[in-house]
Amino acid sequence: MRDVTIRSLAVALALVLAAGPWLPQWALSLLTISLGKGLVVLGLLLLMRTGLVSFGQGLYYCLGAYAAGVLAQWTGLYDAVAMLVFSAIVSVLVASVLGLLLASYRGIFFAMLSLAFSMILYGLLIKMPAFGSSDGFNVVARTMLGIELAGKGGYAVLALAAVSACAAAMALHRYLGSHLGSLAPAIRDNELRVEYMGASVRGAVHLNYAIAALLAGMGGGVTALSVGHIDPEMAYWTTSGEFVFVAILSGTGSVAAPLAGSILFEWLRSYAYQYSPNTWQMVLGAAMLLIIMFLPAGLWSVLARRNKGA
Amino acid sequence: MTQLLAVAIDGVIYASWLFIIALGLTLIYGVMKILNLAHGSLYALGAYAAASLVGYWLSAGGSPYASYGLLAAAALVVGLVTGPLIERGLLKHLYGRDEIVLILVTYALFLILEDMIKLLWGVESYVVSEPYGLLGNMSFGPLDYPVYNAVLVVAAVVIGAAMTWGLQRTRSGRMLVAVIHDREISAAMGINVQRMYLVTFTIGAVLAAVGGALTAPTVSVVPGMGVEVIVLAFAVVVIGGLGSLPGAAVGALLVGMVRSAAVHYLPEAELFSIYAVMALVLLVRPKGLFSAAEVRRI
Amino acid sequence: MTAILEAKGLSKNFGAVTAAAGISAGIERDTVTGLIGTNGAGKTTFVNMITGHLKPDAGTIVFEGREITAMLPRRITRLGICRSFQIPQLYDSLTVFQNLMVGMSIVLRNARGGMFSRVPSTVPGFGLPAPDAAAALLAQFDLVRFRDRPAGELPEGIRKLLDIAMTMAAKPKVLLLDEPTSGVSAEEKFAIMDMVMEAVRAQGVTVLFVEHDMDIVARYAGRVLAFFDGRIISDGPPDVVLADAEVRKYVIGEAAPDRGKAAAHA
Repeated sequence: MRDVTIRSLAVALALVLAAGPWLPQWALSLLTISLGKGLVVLGLLLLMRTGLVSFGQGLYYCLGAYAAGVLAQWTGLYDAVAMLVFSAIVSVLVASVLGLLLASYRGIFFAMLSLAFSMILYGLLIKMPAFGSSDGFNVVARTMLGIELAGKGGYAVLALAAVSACAAAMALHRYLGSHLGSLAPAIRDNELRVEYMGASVRGAVHLNYAIAALLAGMGGGVTALSVGHIDPEMAYWTTSGEFVFVAILSGTGSVAAPLAGSILFEWLRSYAYQYSPNTWQMVLGAAMLLIIMFLPAGLWSVLARRNKGA
Repeated sequence: MTQLLAVAIDGVIYASWLFIIALGLTLIYGVMKILNLAHGSLYALGAYAAASLVGYWLSAGGSPYASYGLLAAAALVVGLVTGPLIERGLLKHLYGRDEIVLILVTYALFLILEDMIKLLWGVESYVVSEPYGLLGNMSFGPLDYPVYNAVLVVAAVVIGAAMTWGLQRTRSGRMLVAVIHDREISAAMGINVQRMYLVTFTIGAVLAAVGGALTAPTVSVVPGMGVEVIVLAFAVVVIGGLGSLPGAAVGALLVGMVRSAAVHYLPEAELFSIYAVMALVLLVRPKGLFSAAEVRRI
Repeated sequence: MTAILEAKGLSKNFGAVTAAAGISAGIERDTVTGLIGTNGAGKTTFVNMITGHLKPDAGTIVFEGREITAMLPRRITRLGICRSFQIPQLYDSLTVFQNLMVGMSIVLRNARGGMFSRVPSTVPGFGLPAPDAAAALLAQFDLVRFRDRPAGELPEGIRKLLDIAMTMAAKPKVLLLDEPTSGVSAEEKFAIMDMVMEAVRAQGVTVLFVEHDMDIVARYAGRVLAFFDGRIISDGPPDVVLADAEVRKYVIGEAAPDRGKAAAHA
């Protein structure tokens, strides 16, 4: 059953793959990074639909990136797909553990505790020479599924990013329509009721947290492959804050929104950096305030949270 | 033995610095239920204002001993201007919204202030180290410390004591405590909650600026100095319990000591240790050390 | 005759306050029991202990021969005891239909054989796929015209109905209604209770309801338990309990006609 969202995503994917070889390098690069970050924001969409805002997705974004690099360095496996898969696995494993603690929290405690964990990673990485300390290190893929990449690397990574992002969005869409996925907005609106209908809120929150982590990890892997360099800044709280901003900007109405929003954001940012690097943040902040104050519908899923007792 | 003493003293100095900043943050949260992510930017504003003022004063030939007063003055001005401006101009229009939305608002504010600082002061660093070295050094056995650090510690103690006295002994203070406990009932009993918010946010802004101003002589004042501070202050506040004054003090001491120990014994773990402590405390006391009891829900 | 639900010696203290002092009661299958008492008398505490929201300090609760004392609410729900809430607990941003569908999703997932088994294609107790089962509930509770309205926009009486309708998705064996007509206008009370009782009793559900409105209690309850000060002070058919002197004094708040003066001087 192909619904509108799935069809649109498929069409978009086809377009990107077709247009890819003709895109100039800067556009290729921009698109790939946007899709990588879009994956992280996709995870935020799921969390926000569950009523949670994480200010620490940078943790998994960074973990995924470093996992990709580490796999290559330690095992000599410079395959893009293998690296991406490893990014996802590492992120899910960490999230399964951290989620045990985090699933007990809501609201600002959840937000800030997730921030704290990302800062823990940052604090660890900047002092670890094995991983390049605050300089980080370079990541490069030489093959994709065994096929040599020489020369065509840019397009190949774009293709990988596009396929991953679209597949993830489609899968998330199906999940949100499933029995388990439909619990998310219910939990956001009234956890008490969900428990009293016989479902485990904690279990669902933990699961959604792990899924968001997986997506963020994949996003980190994609970014690592695209940019070619990773550093601890990826885990800094301002990176996570930026993901939250894009999530707010895009809205959580559709799984396509985070991807489209990311592309728009990266494109705007590249222009802003060029013309006024010292006011970019101010513009971002002002835009966010305007959206919060005058477009609450855009923040609908965050604002629609209710947590009343009887 | 000497090293232990160094750890303890460094810990106390760092804790004092943290306390001043964290106090404002926890107060704002306690009264207004807003986690002010822009607190670090207010701290930076205080530092920049202090550096500019003192720098100007000194280059105009003023007495270096007056610079201490100027530090305080700069902080006061920054706090008294930005506090009401932000509270009345922005926050007031958003009360009643979800906690998370308010955090996003303060985050947006942080972004705006960071660039505003760059626009006003440029991107080079400011150094005003005269006040730091002016008072000379003091000795604790084999260890030497600039006396300025004692100023920091004394300032923290005085501020803590003043706040405690203010909250417990003055009418406004007790009203603030009432609002911290229950906003609705306080309003129902006739407390002007809106005015309490203005007062609280302004005090918080002043405290952040004081923290920055006192820090200015000890570092290079650079853009982005507020960015790391906010997460540190936040860790302290969460450990101590959001909204708790004694919590801020205990949290600051704990973080200060742990960080000091890390710096001396395991430097790689410096930043990591602070957040690890925070995560550990939360494992045991989910809402912080001095948190209020949970209210029955149905 | 074994009771479907048996509470023995339930006690609960909150600091110095005794919310329940050794409450014992057996509820028979297929009955309708009214729980009355002033606020703080212990009836809500009793309901909260049965549904797992509170853990009793002492005593046991046995349901269909199985001890459920201090079990998690969601486990108790899965075993067959559901409750509605005094303040309706709904998913305000979802439509009425979606509210019911969430319930159906939960019921379907709970009906799986194991964690990785497939979800059944029809909802247990309805024999229909989830959307049809939800539609059936809509019809049963006369909510069809509100189907696509967000729950947060509904009038209070309808919110109460939806709250109760949601519990019926799980086809409970025992249903606890917490003040089903509170907050509902006087004209609507009986209409709502009639509908609820008809829908509920058609499935052979054992009902307990907490109420402050004695007319409702008199009309719908086959048995009444009167609470005061953490104890059950009267237990029997409505006409007996509601006429009981102590109940009149401590719960209803009126002195019995003849003994008033004598009691006042005693």
